[in-house]
Amino acid sequence: MNVQFRAGAEPASTVAVKSAIADCDIHPARATATELYPYLAKRWHEHLETYGKHPYQGMMEGPPYPKAQPNASRRDAWPPEGGPQGSSLSFMQKQHLDPNNVALGILCPLNTGQGLRNQDLSAALASAINDWQIDKWTSQDSRLKGSVVVANEDGPAAAAEIRRRAGDKNFVQVLLLSRNVEPLGQRRYWPIYEAAEEAGLPIGVHAFGFGGNPITASGWPSYYIEEMVGHSQCQQTALASIVLEGVFERHPKLKMVMIEAGFGWAPSLSWRLDKSWQRLRGEVPHVKRPPSETIRDHIFWTTQPMEDPERRDHLFEVIEWVGWDKLLFATDYPHWEYDDPSRVLPAGVSDANREAFYLDNARKLYGLA
Amino acid sequence: MTRHVIAPVEELPPGTRKFLTIDERPIAVFNIKGEFFGLLNRCPHQGAALCEGPLIGLAQSSDPGEIEYTRLGEIIRCPWHGWEFDIRTGQSYCDPKRFRARAYPVNVEPGASVVKGPYVAETLAVSVESDYVVVDL
Amino acid sequence: MGADSGSQGPPMDGAARAPYGIGVEVLRTEVNRRHAQEQTPEETNVMTSPIAGGVDCDLHPAVPHLTSLLPYLNDYWRDQVTTRGMTDLVSQSYPLNSPITSRPDWRPAAGKPGSSLEDMKTQALDRFGVSYAICNPLYGVQMVFSEDMADAFCRALNDWLVKEWLDKDQRLRGSIVIPVQSIEKSVAEIERCAKDKRFVQVLMLVMGDMPLGKRAYWPIYAAAERLGLAVGIHAGSNYHNPPTSVGWGSYHIEDYVAQAQAFQTQLTSLIVEGVFARHPKLKMVMLESGFTWLPSYLWRLHKFWRGVRMETPWVDRAPVEIVRSNIRFSLQPIDAPPDPATLNRLFDHMQSDELLLFSTDYPHWQFDDDAVLPEGMSSDLVRKIMIDNPHATYSRLKSAVTQETTP
Repeated sequence: MNVQFRAGAEPASTVAVKSAIADCDIHPARATATELYPYLAKRWHEHLETYGKHPYQGMMEGPPYPKAQPNASRRDAWPPEGGPQGSSLSFMQKQHLDPNNVALGILCPLNTGQGLRNQDLSAALASAINDWQIDKWTSQDSRLKGSVVVANEDGPAAAAEIRRRAGDKNFVQVLLLSRNVEPLGQRRYWPIYEAAEEAGLPIGVHAFGFGGNPITASGWPSYYIEEMVGHSQCQQTALASIVLEGVFERHPKLKMVMIEAGFGWAPSLSWRLDKSWQRLRGEVPHVKRPPSETIRDHIFWTTQPMEDPERRDHLFEVIEWVGWDKLLFATDYPHWEYDDPSRVLPAGVSDANREAFYLDNARKLYGLA
Repeated sequence: MTRHVIAPVEELPPGTRKFLTIDERPIAVFNIKGEFFGLLNRCPHQGAALCEGPLIGLAQSSDPGEIEYTRLGEIIRCPWHGWEFDIRTGQSYCDPKRFRARAYPVNVEPGASVVKGPYVAETLAVSVESDYVVVDL
Repeated sequence: MGADSGSQGPPMDGAARAPYGIGVEVLRTEVNRRHAQEQTPEETNVMTSPIAGGVDCDLHPAVPHLTSLLPYLNDYWRDQVTTRGMTDLVSQSYPLNSPITSRPDWRPAAGKPGSSLEDMKTQALDRFGVSYAICNPLYGVQMVFSEDMADAFCRALNDWLVKEWLDKDQRLRGSIVIPVQSIEKSVAEIERCAKDKRFVQVLMLVMGDMPLGKRAYWPIYAAAERLGLAVGIHAGSNYHNPPTSVGWGSYHIEDYVAQAQAFQTQLTSLIVEGVFARHPKLKMVMLESGFTWLPSYLWRLHKFWRGVRMETPWVDRAPVEIVRSNIRFSLQPIDAPPDPATLNRLFDHMQSDELLLFSTDYPHWQFDDDAVLPEGMSSDLVRKIMIDNPHATYSRLKSAVTQETTP
């Protein structure tokens, strides 16, 4: 008996794989524990081997909420030569960049030195990761561009790293995470925004990280699914902080990208921010404009994990509210919640919007048009 | 329908699977405790190589905290998004029904305790003839 | 994607749209065109009037001062309060003079907003012609750390509500404030107050010590379900955790905006922990939560649940179904786009007309004049929100009430 049906599903449109796309969230990994050593001062080798990394959560091996798949990655993405998923450029090219015609791939390295309690180690690892991105990735494949990883809890050190990399064409953005010791709008992070704006680099705020706070405002939840869904709420709050602290009033040229936290919540958060600001603006006189306008002007959104309502007209309405010109396609390769480029957008999208979604918006934002 | 000989039975002991292509279709044949089942190696969700996923059991619960874990080795998890599919029938398990009698509208087949999810992986008829595993395609 | 292809939506020609419904002619024209197709001749985009006989599901009678509770405390606690110089329990969630805490025309010349029953009658009960009004006292008892002290204050607060509010106006109903510092004491207080049929709900805060779905809380839910009480989760924090999921912000406005995100994580907790698998008859009401975030939130939860089902196999129905059967939202605040037609599209995204319960959130400032209902609502929907949905949620509303004193 041959049975094939997808009850109630509409056929996904197939992007001809010959059309070039941008992938604005790729996660390169280290193949071995010592792969960063060439880029790290020797004192840190011994330090790491003796004391290890101390993040703002208790576990030294693996995450506190176990993932859905090993390394949170697709099981078919283990490179044949060994090493974890995402650690082999040649396999990434073969499995993803080439067949999906990725013309622009933005690297967002995770599990680096961000979110560590030892700020000196954090800064050293950040610099090492940035050297590694150039050496192993961006200088080997011109389609790939890196993100400047910084010691996120040490404003001056982070600013110094950004200034060091400013003007280097290997990098197109600065990378931060959404969960930090304080909400991202707080002034301890202002040196980062100043340096990024000065360098003409947007800031990618990627979901995740640990800052020592419970990951909900009512304590620590039980399950991984709560953490995964909760990235949406953490990103909302981090963005609200950035807007309400007046970061964009101070840095009008700065742009930010919300990475891997969804975008469907953008309209309702904007409406709530506007309504609250209308009432409470006396408390925050430095916020000069309705928050929805600030968000509209300064914020971009990567598409993965793509919102997936039952009715595609609902999806299209939400995209209209967010703006077709603000979305940046991403797969999150090699992670398990990967969005396949040929399946992710339903039929019924104009060519202009499709091209904006898959490539043009990213090229414009990252200065590669 | 054409019959394709896959392999001698001893090449496919219980708990193993064999990947092959027939008429350009990627398929996998599984030996589940002595019985054979075939699946198209393409997840109906986003097209991943479904049959490369790990085999697990079926987790069900009639009360939070209590887990009944049965049918070990008969459920495959897609290597991408982890959706669970029954090897025997290709049925997905992402929309199960409640396990207590309740009155609200769901689709239930008589005798089944789990409602079928909307996705079904394509299955193929597999039989054993004279110690050979045979697929009808 | 679903089989229903629905309408095609607004023209998608790559032109950048203004954000979020702020006055773009093309978008407005398109959604109005589709909305007009659904409207009957009497319905136009003018203020929607409330109908008489409704249920106001969220009002806040104010405790004037901690000393107001002294008559309801035993000798020991009375002396503790006075001899240790305890003054008042005011939560940062509602600074007394902050704009949201009171609408200007509802702010009394002296005393706290919401402290006068006469004012509440004129400004809310009579004004909107309701038959029932559910009082949710917001007094900072949850911030206290000692479980004995919290218990004493909660008992006093519930007794105060009965004597000074419920006894004085037949329309009023109450929520039982519980000392969540102790589950045992919470259950005892629920059982004590539930004897008075005018209590229709148990009240908890959205930001507490633990996510609300955690099993430690379940005896509270069991008691509520058994006694026919709803559980109301209200905006506000006990500040035992940072009031956002990413730490302590600087401003009251940040805390207030963050309430919506807290409701979202709490919904996830309640659903995936299986509270409604264990207690299928229990209704929970999200109070002063906003609701325009609900559709996109459910899309994300549903998407992840499909891939990680095995982690919580007792979640045996799609999360959206659980929300439809067990969760409700009070109407105010409406975090709406300025364009009413866009709000109607959102109602469509919610795919159920049973989720919203009428509320004024008195005396909080969420709307002006009489514009408590969104523009352009059909009379069917008005009736559902004001009458049908609240009665379906609060089964005790129509209980025969004898003026039983709470023991």
